[in-house]
Amino acid sequence: MIEWGPVLELLRHGTAGAFMLVGAIFMLIGSSGVLRLPDFYTRIHAAGITDTLATVLLLAGMMIEAGFTQTSAKLALVGIFLFLTSPTATHAVANAAHKAGLKPRLGTVEPPHPRDVDINEKKG
Amino acid sequence: MGYIATLALMLAALWLTLSGYFHNQLLLSLGGLSVVITVALALRMRILDDEAAPYYRAPRLLAYSVWLMVEIIKANLIVAKTILRPNMVLTPRMVRIKTLPASGFGRALFANSITLTPGTVSVDLDDDEVIVHAILKEMTNKNDFAEMARRCAWAAGEKADGEEEVSA
Repeated sequence: MIEWGPVLELLRHGTAGAFMLVGAIFMLIGSSGVLRLPDFYTRIHAAGITDTLATVLLLAGMMIEAGFTQTSAKLALVGIFLFLTSPTATHAVANAAHKAGLKPRLGTVEPPHPRDVDINEKKG
Repeated sequence: MGYIATLALMLAALWLTLSGYFHNQLLLSLGGLSVVITVALALRMRILDDEAAPYYRAPRLLAYSVWLMVEIIKANLIVAKTILRPNMVLTPRMVRIKTLPASGFGRALFANSITLTPGTVSVDLDDDEVIVHAILKEMTNKNDFAEMARRCAWAAGEKADGEEEVSA
């Protein structure tokens, strides 16, 4: 007879870990986008990745790890509040830039390849 | 009456979730008291309307958020793929969207949904248009926005002709 309890427990920890790992990878992708993208408006989109998918994956991983407890309910509330507040904050920042007259770069934009970027160069 | 009951129930549920006290009678009665005070204040400020406690919209909003979540995941993967490419090619656009939900609630939901989806951000919102910044020109498809506007109007409880449904 196989004891199923420990196997399921292991599976739960594994799933939770996988969710959190993928969430962390998306956080990294979003951050690299914020660094690489050329102007304010395009950087907002990269920050959007960390706001939405990365956060959801991290919260889901933590909820699986916490199980059916009060902690999970609180994590779900964190998720709901983030989904209500983060677009509002993003819109406020973008709207402020637009009202202040910051012009977006339009057309086709090709940022330089990472190997061609001088990391010591000071940004204006 | 429905608004008062909904708000009181939601506040009580929130208090219990955050505190986790189910047996301490003093703390429970203090929690109940704070719920009563909050509802009384909301009544006195006359802010207790369908936007404060939109209980009859909850089922549709829930159904809509499931659809939105799928769209968010799809858009996330597209933007992530674009960012990770060493030779990044961006085609940023600013577009005006004219097809909007009729009600204020629907319009706010629409603008927030656009911002929540990575790759598009609502930059300005007027009575008759939303200005949207998109990172790729593929994301400015008119039909996609029309589809989202239609679903937002549905989730906000509007009928097809733009009239808001009246609920008792």
